[in-house]
Amino acid sequence: MIAADTAVQRPPHAKLLTVDARKHIGHVSRSAFVDLLRAGDVVIANDAATLPASLQGVHVETGAPIEVRLAGRPSLKPEYVARFSAVVFGEGDFRARTEDRPPPPPLAAGDRLALGPLRARVERLLGHARLVSLMFEGPSDEVWAGLARHGRPIQYSHVRAPLALWDVWTRIAGPPVAFEPPSAGFALDWRTLAAMRERGTRFATITHAAGISSTGDWELDRLLPFDEPYRIPEATAFAVRHARARGGRVIAVGTTVVRALEHAATGDGFVRSGEGVATQRLGPTTRLRVVDAILSGTHEPGTSHYELLRAFLDDATLHRTSAELEAGGYRTHEFGDSVLIERDQLSRPEVEALN
Amino acid sequence: MKISSDTTLNQSSHRGRETDPADPLAGARVAITGGTSGLGLALVRELLKRGAQVAFVARGGERVARVAREQAGAHGIVGDISVKGDIYPIAMQILGELGGVDVLINNASDLGPTPLVMLSDTECEDLERAFATNLLGPFRLTKALMGALAASAREGRGAVVLNISSDAALNPYPGWGAYGASKAALRHLSRIWGEEHAADGVRFLSLDPGDMDPPMHAAAVPDAEPETLKRPEIAAHELAEAIAAALPVRGASGGARPATSLTEGALL
Repeated sequence: MIAADTAVQRPPHAKLLTVDARKHIGHVSRSAFVDLLRAGDVVIANDAATLPASLQGVHVETGAPIEVRLAGRPSLKPEYVARFSAVVFGEGDFRARTEDRPPPPPLAAGDRLALGPLRARVERLLGHARLVSLMFEGPSDEVWAGLARHGRPIQYSHVRAPLALWDVWTRIAGPPVAFEPPSAGFALDWRTLAAMRERGTRFATITHAAGISSTGDWELDRLLPFDEPYRIPEATAFAVRHARARGGRVIAVGTTVVRALEHAATGDGFVRSGEGVATQRLGPTTRLRVVDAILSGTHEPGTSHYELLRAFLDDATLHRTSAELEAGGYRTHEFGDSVLIERDQLSRPEVEALN
Repeated sequence: MKISSDTTLNQSSHRGRETDPADPLAGARVAITGGTSGLGLALVRELLKRGAQVAFVARGGERVARVAREQAGAHGIVGDISVKGDIYPIAMQILGELGGVDVLINNASDLGPTPLVMLSDTECEDLERAFATNLLGPFRLTKALMGALAASAREGRGAVVLNISSDAALNPYPGWGAYGASKAALRHLSRIWGEEHAADGVRFLSLDPGDMDPPMHAAAVPDAEPETLKRPEIAAHELAEAIAAALPVRGASGGARPATSLTEGALL
């Protein structure tokens, strides 16, 4: 597919490939997404704002220049902003593909990292030479201020101009806990949400700390997605139950929403509100218990996002979808076109009884 | 300037100042711009007293640090809302430190040229600065925080944007051109936004706190009689009452009253 190389969240010509519950493939303008919704459906998006997670600095012990990309956090609590998992790169910046970036100097527990105004220590390696757990020093407000001043959004070599925070925050962005943008949400704007309301389609959000999508390191990428904390508000859990009870569809905007909702429904299929940490991987053997359809970017085979789509579609239909995306000139990556995939009606669980 | 408000403030109740768990402001996450002097500082104090979680934004690093030290629990953020590049870093710190935002108070203001000059004597740069601070800053910051505000409303916490207005937004006072025109624009911005986001549950207030005696006013009108001016503490209390009235009532448990979606939940 063609890489979307311009940071425009809602280009007027954005396309949407649809796969309905009978596996029919269609092509519409993405602005027509709302027309595909029905009264009683609930659309759920990830309202995480994106952290400026890329920090340039120095490995103090060797003086070697490094880039630290924050990749995970154990909790969403505002004051828990000291400990992160992070991927460390050697010298260079986003203009080089991550695959071509040199490795960092050998890292060991206790190593000091000077990242602009921020000071951090390597706590330990996380099973890989460039994946570490680090601790920022200082009070949490100083860490937030340091990230705000010194951090840059994680950049992509396929996007030409450097990304600013406003390029990667969705219209609905709230808590800054994502490490890369929950980019399926780029499709949403306030006009779209108003149009949903007019149709009788509910809108709700979860907050999910979307991790990095790719490190450029094959061994590391095999570990993706990392564990991701999430929070489901009571109003959202209610909206899901309400939709299910009325036969409406639960439509997830992005893979992170699927991961959070399905994780929260582990066990009895009942989505509970509150915080959790999504640890599961979704793939062809996953039985979806909550989500009926996903609005997502276009994904290429081999990525964890593509694997997740296999929970919605059989491989034959997914292959047809990929072929149509290629043939239709769809654009891929964060600022690319979208797909709306509804899973097979037959695999839908029975409509749950009310309470 | 005469004392009048473009929306009348409820001046009736000066009730107890101890934290009241039923106060909608207790536990509310509030961001305020311009919180190191005058009305802004008085608002920081008032909101903290009422049990709110407060983040305030101001330009001067030393003053921010001092107020953050003096006002235990307040989160100080250094930034200039008139500068486009500062807005997202400010928004990120507000949302990061508070975990979200229920109330945004756009309080930071620029008076335009001081002492006052006639509009035709106003330098373009002075007019631009007044609009950057009084209109573009609130526009950009509110827009950046709108997702978080709407989320608060959906969750039943309520969401309020208070834009500090002035009677100069309504009346053509000679000498107040840059300030008056920018505040008139801010007032209209508030009204349109209020219409557009009513269904999202985000309330917009445009309130005139009345003439006060903070340093800014002294710069504009050096010979004003101090005893005719309102104390910032009084204005801050009135503004807090107006915000509280626009938020959902909390039960004795401290939980927010159900909003739209949860009301239906109670029906099931």
